[in-house]
Amino acid sequence: MHIVVVGLSHKTAPVEIREKLSFPSQTIGEPLNRLCTSYEINEGVIVSTCNRVEIFAVTRDAEKGLWHVKKFLSDYHNIPLEQLDEHLYSHTSEDAVKHLFRVCAGLDSMVLGEPQILGQAKDAYGYALQHKTAGVIMNKLFHKSFSVAKRIRTETKIGSNAVSISYAAVELAKKIFNSLTDKSVMLIGAGEMAELAAKHLLSSGVQEIIVANRTYEKAVEMARCFKGTPIMFREFTHYLKKVDIIIVSTAAPKYIIHPEQIEEVIKERKNRSMFFIDISVPRNVDPLINNIDNIYLYNVDDLQGVVAANLKERAKEAKEAENIINEEIDNFYRWVKSLDVVPTIVALKKKLEDIRKGEMEKALSMVNGLQEKDIQAIDAMTRAIINKIIHDPVTHLKKEANKVEGDFYIEAARRLFDLNEESLKGEEKLVEKK
Amino acid sequence: MNILLFYITVIAYLLATLISIAYLISHNEKVIRVANHTILTGFIFHTLTIGSRWFEASRAPFANLHEVLSLFSWMVVAIYLLIRLRYRLAVLCAFVAPFALLLLITASFLPKEIIPLAPSLMSYWLTIHVGLAFLGNAFFAMTFLFGIMYLIQEHYLKSKKVGGLYFLLPSLDILDDLSYKCLTFGFPLLTMAIFTGAIWAEYVWGSYWSWEPRQTWSLITWFLYAALLHGRLTIGWRGRKAAMYAIISFLILISSFVIIKLFSWGAHAVFK
Repeated sequence: MHIVVVGLSHKTAPVEIREKLSFPSQTIGEPLNRLCTSYEINEGVIVSTCNRVEIFAVTRDAEKGLWHVKKFLSDYHNIPLEQLDEHLYSHTSEDAVKHLFRVCAGLDSMVLGEPQILGQAKDAYGYALQHKTAGVIMNKLFHKSFSVAKRIRTETKIGSNAVSISYAAVELAKKIFNSLTDKSVMLIGAGEMAELAAKHLLSSGVQEIIVANRTYEKAVEMARCFKGTPIMFREFTHYLKKVDIIIVSTAAPKYIIHPEQIEEVIKERKNRSMFFIDISVPRNVDPLINNIDNIYLYNVDDLQGVVAANLKERAKEAKEAENIINEEIDNFYRWVKSLDVVPTIVALKKKLEDIRKGEMEKALSMVNGLQEKDIQAIDAMTRAIINKIIHDPVTHLKKEANKVEGDFYIEAARRLFDLNEESLKGEEKLVEKK
Repeated sequence: MNILLFYITVIAYLLATLISIAYLISHNEKVIRVANHTILTGFIFHTLTIGSRWFEASRAPFANLHEVLSLFSWMVVAIYLLIRLRYRLAVLCAFVAPFALLLLITASFLPKEIIPLAPSLMSYWLTIHVGLAFLGNAFFAMTFLFGIMYLIQEHYLKSKKVGGLYFLLPSLDILDDLSYKCLTFGFPLLTMAIFTGAIWAEYVWGSYWSWEPRQTWSLITWFLYAALLHGRLTIGWRGRKAAMYAIISFLILISSFVIIKLFSWGAHAVFK
């Protein structure tokens, strides 16, 4: 039993290849079933997003399994394997598990630590469940990777620093102001990014929003959708002293906010901080106002710089995340190993039970005059003997299976009791069905 | 006994400082948690140090320079721990630990023998006066530390080059607010220290106020902080200006203290 993965991602393949190899979610049942018809492959999950296609499978043999998955990928999409091979990566056992953990945690994503991939992985696993191609191992593996991703999210700050401009503005506001709930925002002009920033600010607790626009109707309309107050454009200067965060995004070709004006405003505000976000190009806010105490001005380039710094900070957190992953892989493999010991124990019990039954029959055929009650007593006695003999070896096998040398114990038990491969395979099926 | 405990405290604060530095580099929350536990352990030993010295001297260990520096350091850490009860501000440890350590290291170079006090000075006024004075100073030390943190964070935000400590420090508003709160605690304590000092002076030397250097400087300090408090309350001083002012005031306070002690001027010289 081996866990393998074959896949390609934005790191190994251009979009032209990725789109050819993707599996649309509407029709994912068919490829899932086809993947698992192979004798070599017991279970399969296909994760297909715009940035990656990954096939996770449980196979009888690692090498053969990998080959089968690759073959499936090339056959299904009618692309010769030679063309495909340079874009594919493949991992087996621990490496495959590690790969899934990293993918789910967003460590392999284009934007480090982004959370969408976790949802996509959950969907992919859901499809496999629905089409019954995920069994014991995949269940455990995917559930484990979801909980690892969750743990990484709570224990590291991998997802905490904004990687979009509009959200970076909100985070800056939080580094200036203690809490945003008692702060007010003024939106001057319109524009996708400005509106997005306003929306993020509102969802971070800002209660009051004032909207100014050259077209008053536009201001009214936008104010309605933010539950804010519309004002006439020329009035915005009167409102400056009342608001803490100002988002400017107009088409004006020159500065509409000047240092002299702001010096007055900040005096009236008794130096309570103000945060200007100038999203307009050409800029609408004179950059000199940043030199005034308690005034903070960020334009698009500045915000871009913050995003770049945040990504660097995420990379730092990623190292911590890798440590968590390594720890969790050990946990997961302890479970995988214990699974190996179960069929061995089942086979051992079955062998002894077969011997007991055979010997009972032989004995009973030779002895006459026994009553039903006597037969029952003998039956119970032989059973008890077997259970007592088997009790200690089974306990030790279970205990040792979790240790490094566990394989040796299982191997020894197999040889000593001559439990051949055939009997094991039969039992493995049995375990899977459970 | 108190000397041994003293050195254990120094080692604990040293460790807390080093671990805090590791946090500033790694940004790992687990690391700062360890630093916090270390400084707490140090504080327990510090309390035992002062307690055992109190017992061994049979008086409050608030007399010579070694003793008051140790007391000062203890109060700074105590205030830090109180702040931590209310605020999620683990990074503060990285500023308090080196500060407390610096005070203790200075104290460690000073004569540590327990000196007998003149019976005239053996009064509960000693405990009250010195206790109030250093509790006030400890609050001013916190406004100083918050001022430094404010200036660092403000520098990041103004220069628009976020990174490093920017991610660890809290918002400017919180830093400004805490700095102000510490000022409002420190100022009345300093006022009371000056009053109790005057009463004690009358009791020992027969004069409330003799314009000796310590008294004069404490009055100057009082005016400095009164001006800061006034500026904050009425003119709307805040942010960078208030932070700079708090830092400079504290530097004046500490240097006047050290200079007077070094040259042992005036009536307070009896404690040398």
